[in-house]
Amino acid sequence: MSRYAAMFDRLNGDGAFGAFLMLGDPDLETSARHLNELVEAGADMIEVGIPFSDPVADGPVIQAAAQRALASGVRVGDCLDLISALRARHSAVPIGILTYANIVVARSGFIRDSSEAGADSLLIADVPTLEAEPFVLEMEQAGIEPVLIAAPNTPDATLERIASLSKAYTYCVSRAGITGTHAAGTFDSKLIGRLEAAGAPPPIFGFGISTPNHVQAALATGARGVICGSAIVDRLSRSGSARELVGLLKSATSNDKVRNDSGAQ
Amino acid sequence: MRLSGRFGRFGGCYVPEILVPALEQLEGAFLDAQDDSAFAAELNDLLTNYAGRPTPLTRCRNLPGNIYLKREDLLHGGAHKTNQVLGQGLLAKRMGKTRLIAETGAGQHGVATAIVGSLLGFETVIYMGAEDVERQKLNVFRMELMGARVVPVESGGRTLKDAINEALRDWAASFETTHYLLGTAAGPHPFPTMVREFQRIIGREARAQIQEQLGKLPDAVVACVGGGSNAIGLFADFFDDPVRLVGVEAAGKGLNGEEHGATLLRGTPGILHGAETYILQDSDGQIADTWSVSAGLDYPAVGPEHAHLKDSGRAEYVGATDAEALAAFKALAENEGIICAFESAHALAHALKLTEAEPDGAILVGLSGRGDKDVAQAQALLA
Repeated sequence: MSRYAAMFDRLNGDGAFGAFLMLGDPDLETSARHLNELVEAGADMIEVGIPFSDPVADGPVIQAAAQRALASGVRVGDCLDLISALRARHSAVPIGILTYANIVVARSGFIRDSSEAGADSLLIADVPTLEAEPFVLEMEQAGIEPVLIAAPNTPDATLERIASLSKAYTYCVSRAGITGTHAAGTFDSKLIGRLEAAGAPPPIFGFGISTPNHVQAALATGARGVICGSAIVDRLSRSGSARELVGLLKSATSNDKVRNDSGAQ
Repeated sequence: MRLSGRFGRFGGCYVPEILVPALEQLEGAFLDAQDDSAFAAELNDLLTNYAGRPTPLTRCRNLPGNIYLKREDLLHGGAHKTNQVLGQGLLAKRMGKTRLIAETGAGQHGVATAIVGSLLGFETVIYMGAEDVERQKLNVFRMELMGARVVPVESGGRTLKDAINEALRDWAASFETTHYLLGTAAGPHPFPTMVREFQRIIGREARAQIQEQLGKLPDAVVACVGGGSNAIGLFADFFDDPVRLVGVEAAGKGLNGEEHGATLLRGTPGILHGAETYILQDSDGQIADTWSVSAGLDYPAVGPEHAHLKDSGRAEYVGATDAEALAAFKALAENEGIICAFESAHALAHALKLTEAEPDGAILVGLSGRGDKDVAQAQALLA
């Protein structure tokens, strides 16, 4: 069983809480410490960015994190080493990579190396379902699970392709825009229903999560989890620790809490 | 998508999923318009009676050899850019969009987009690297004079590539009301195909004009290549002819160093700004900083059709340095009374080299723009 499937089993109906950070931000040592802290603070799954110089799908917070990492001289190989170290310390937590196509194609064997480092999934922000097939084939051979993005404007035919091509989870975008810029708490339950009908991997909301209310609103749509990115990256860069934030957001993922709060409204 | 969007292995549509429906809508509108005689008639009317087509073909009287200049510098707006912004502007109307966004480097495409925004009644926002905003104050004022808003981009290297990133980010949030009027034959499908078709008129006119003036086809067709829209527009109608096609990249301070914009000569295949193409990058895939005296050639990727023309051997690509371009810029002014854009001077510089090797050859040069924007810089460089 994959680490994602095992995680969903373990959670037994509670929402998964995914924590994102940019590898190498602001340097390798600090980043290694932050990774460990995110797991210890209660993150169910870890999503890591491999910095790219031209991140068109990201807003200012995550762009700045990538810039800090690159400015400190972080290389792709260093990022894979950070993943290996995290995997050595935490054998069960699913680790997903979020990066851009040019990082994947520039290094021969990137997908195989990511799998060997201990990553479980790979999402390539600028590879839509339309262009995904060759990447998916390589991921299947390397034993790493492809993650694709679904948005409210994604047609049903594409959701069906997502169902047949991807594994791990489906990264859901609640509405148009880039990371870190979403209006709070707007989550499309229609998209979740359409993904379920298409038989896509478990839907997880990836944009617009920074408070416990957002977590509950996202899970109330029927989504199986959330990923918090910009808010964690912002907190890490300001105060050097996201322990409290992760604990607070994770505490909002309990299924009882979601049901009770929705019922009370 | 109805078309493959591929040129051999190059091209494609590498964008966040959320933008795919917007690109599908654009492809549909473009293909429908291609079959619509009313669209062609309106575009043709604007090209003729607003922009001033056809542009002349001028045989150089005093420079050596047989050099013919396709005079896109005489087009309204001062460069070939106007051809395709009119096409995309009409498509944006057809799709019911009310807002245009565009990226610009030195400001030429920004000015062209401001022109069409004013003419056809769009809210217009131009993303421009903060560094370029400082260097090109006059063009910023031109855009604002025509009603566009110029947004300085502070991220990354604060130049053209960062302006494209920011325009893509805007579009990911605004595509329902907004058309992204990309400035060159690069980016995700359908832009490379669509921009080529809107620029094809350059080569179509030039091919007929040179046959009329010279009585035959030229031996070589030479154009500068940054993103590559003027070159692909000039080349397209010569693909099936026994004619050398030569693209000239910015060799900047020399191809052996790192300060150049010679993507096809020194780059490697990769994926940037929506397309698989040649890219200047490091071994990790991080995009390199580029350099050229001409802002229009200072870009780390290139249109994917040029990548294919290079690999297939149908076109050849060479470089001209800053110094060679500047010498050609000066020679054209002194001998022919024409002040051309620094970009176009790269093409002329190579044509002069070809003429030295084969004095009898007839060479068609794409003079893609006029040099007003470069005069202040030229004054400093030539002093």
